[in-house]
Order: sequence, then structure tokens, then C-alpha cells
Amino acid sequence: MYYTLFITVLITAAFLVLAAYVTAKLLGPRSYNPTKGEPYECGIPTYGPSWLPVHVGYYLFAILFLMFDVETVFLYPWAVVVKTYGPLALATIGFFMLVLVFGLAYAWRKGALEWK
Amino acid sequence: MFDFSIVTRWFDELLRGTLGLGDFGAILIECVIVGLAIIIGYAVLAIILIFMERKVCAYFQCRIGPVRVGWWGTLQVFADVLKMLIKEIFVVDKADKLLYYLAPFLVITASIGTFSFLPWNKGAAVLDFNVGIFLVTAISSIGVLGVFIAGWASNNKYSVLSAMRAAVQMISYELSLGICLISAVILTNTMQISGIVEAQTGPWQWLIFQGHIPATLGFLVFCIAGNAEANRGPFDLAEAESELTAGYHTEYSGMGFGFYYLAEYLNLFVISGLATTIFLGGWAPINIGIEGFDALMNYIPGIVWFLGKTFVVVFLLMWIRWTFPRLRVDQILKLEWKYLMPLSLVILVLMTVCVAFGWTFTIA
Repeated sequence: MYYTLFITVLITAAFLVLAAYVTAKLLGPRSYNPTKGEPYECGIPTYGPSWLPVHVGYYLFAILFLMFDVETVFLYPWAVVVKTYGPLALATIGFFMLVLVFGLAYAWRKGALEWK
Repeated sequence: MFDFSIVTRWFDELLRGTLGLGDFGAILIECVIVGLAIIIGYAVLAIILIFMERKVCAYFQCRIGPVRVGWWGTLQVFADVLKMLIKEIFVVDKADKLLYYLAPFLVITASIGTFSFLPWNKGAAVLDFNVGIFLVTAISSIGVLGVFIAGWASNNKYSVLSAMRAAVQMISYELSLGICLISAVILTNTMQISGIVEAQTGPWQWLIFQGHIPATLGFLVFCIAGNAEANRGPFDLAEAESELTAGYHTEYSGMGFGFYYLAEYLNLFVISGLATTIFLGGWAPINIGIEGFDALMNYIPGIVWFLGKTFVVVFLLMWIRWTFPRLRVDQILKLEWKYLMPLSLVILVLMTVCVAFGWTFTIA
């Protein structure tokens, strides 16, 4: 039943966007001229392509995120059993947490967390 | 407490027994009703939140806000929606048409997907998986993709820059958000949202009381990270109008822009609703262990408690938004990676120690 509901939610979201788009298309006016088709960059004619390489800092943070996100995903199954195992749970995750903290400290030390 | 699942079970039996529908017919009708309920709830909340934001920000800035349309400006938002619907949907010539139209679907899917996990009352959540919290984080990260695709597909230099900023900010703050949620899971022993709320019924059992210091810190970190995750408040540099025109939705006209507007406010509500569910007890009323007082509080329906607490958090976030000036991109990343991330790791360890040695706050 949950999966049926989950699919219902996804269909609802798609339906909402589609219905609003269709309504707007039907109600709205339609006209075209070449100036209207230009990207709006504060009234200055756009120069060159916009799909350019961007600052490398963004990729650095994306890689860091990937690392830590995967590590936090591993914490979920452990989190459910902490109450059952008590201090043992703390000991088992200790090493893993240490790696996590060392990873952050290493990135910090290397200057990966600075925005240059 | 009133259990809403009694109503749904009665309705299910009505469809199957009295009306004599088969499995398929009954489930179809139920799904349609659930879908309509979601859309109506979504629309009504969006209207309330937008009106609330306009009034709240007006009073914070010593203005009076919308007053012309309807009594005290109450019809202003309806007028805005109507205006958005009758505007032309227009695409830039050089934009990537497929991605341009796909992006609102992703943003709204993420928003509605997380929205339907909120527990409105006992037994009144649309989705209640046994891996609820985990799935919420998974679905909410689809929103980043939507925002990024929107900016990239627009083929506008400002939009691309804004998309990059939004993406780096949203993925960064997702980490602290996730770790705060994990600390709540540690305390309640379950990832199911109904189970988490169930664990908070009883005298002084809200997680913020149960988990005292780590939970209070976790609530604060969750609010800050949630505000950044929803691209609001002092963290709205993805749509910094003084630098980037309107950011990733510059090239969206009419309803296309409307989707992002809608999603932004509903994400605010979802973040507040999650903070309420995880830390402030969801629909659980406040109980202090005095019989008469508890009975009186239990008499108030769960949905009133949920909405009341959620709107308090919403007001808090609006207060933050209209009080602090916008941060720079380096300040935002510094705040997350050098302050909130280590802090949330500390919260996680503290919470584990508290739970492992039984130092949580409970009244025997």
C-alpha cells in the first residue's frame, strides 16, 4: 500500500505542474519577437555562450559533499540500534567516526574549505 | 488521542463493503482522494504562507504590507496567483527546452514528496515508511537537481552562476541537516516518522526535552541548515537580486516562476514541519506529568498542536530572514564546513553518549 501511495504522490506532483502549465498556456497571450527571445542580462546584449566552465571551488565542495554524504548514509543503520547495544554501539562506531573527523580535519588543513 | 486511521479504515470498509468495489476500484478512489488532498493542502498552505510572509516582513520593516485587495489585503495572494496564471509562458531562444520544462517537475516533486511525509495527526500522514527519515533526506536532495537544471538550462550567465551557488550551498547544508536527523534517530530507535512522534508522547517526552543539550543544539543547527536548504533568509544568495537579477529563475515567466515561488514557501513549511516532528513532538501535546493539565492538553486535537508548533517555527525562520543581511558565498561555506559541520558531529557524539549510558531525560 505504501508503494501505491508513493507513486500517487509522485503522480500528484507531476499532475500539479502539468495542469498549471496547461492552464497558463491556455489562458496566457502568445506573441513573439526576436528581442524577447534573448536572455535577460540587465538589458545588455549577451556576449558569447553562457555554458562556460565555472570556478573550480564549486567542484571541490561537491567532492567533499559526496564523501561526507556517503559516510552519513552509513550512519543510518547504526543509529537505529544504538539504544539496543548501549556503550558497545559507541565503541563500534568510534573508528568510523574517527575517520570521518580526520577526513574533515585533513580537508581543513589542506585548505580545501577556503573559498579562493 | 484521536486516531485518524479509524476514519481511513472506515472509509476503506465503506468502499469495499457497502459499495462493493473490488481491490482496484477502492485503491484507485483512495489514491485520487489522497492526491486531491495533497494538492488542496499544498495550495492552501502556499497561500497562507505567502500572505504571512508579506505581512510579517512588512511589520519587521515598519510597513503595513498588502492592504488594498480585500479586507486587510487578504485577497492579495489570490490576485497574484491569477496574474501568474494568465501570463505568457515564454522560453529564451537558446535555452535547453527539455531541461527548461523538466526543472519545475523536479522541484515540485521534491517539495510535494517531502510534504507528504509530515504527520498531521495520529494516523494522518500520507506516507509512513519504516525508513521515513532516510527517504525524506533522499527526496529532498532531488530539489537541488531541479534548481541546478533550471539555472543551467536558461542559458543566462547570471542563472548559471546562481545555479552553481544554489547547488554548492544546498548540498553543503544537507550534511548538517542529515546528521541532526540521525541524532534524532539515535534517540528514538526508529526511522519511521510515526514511531518518532509516538516516542514523544508522555510527560516531558519531546525530543528537545528528552535529549536536553544535544537535542537543543541539534534543533538550532537544524533550523539554520534548513533555512539555507530552502534558499531563504540570510542564505538567499542564489537569488541575490542586487548581483544576479533574479537568480536561477530569471528566465522563467508566469507560472514557471510560480513553481519556484510555491516550492520555496512549501520547503519552508516542510523544514519547519520536520523540525516540529523531530524535535518538538509533532502532533504530541505538551505533557508535564500533572494529571489535570495533561488531560486538558490531550483534549486539544493533534493537528492543532502540529500546525501551531510548525507556524511558530515558520515565524522564527521569517524573523531570521528579515533581520539578518545576506551572507557572501565564502561566508556561507565557512559557516557550514567550519562551524555547523563540526558542531553537528559533536552533537552526534554527545547524543550517542547520552543514549548509550542512559543519560536521557525521562520521568519515571
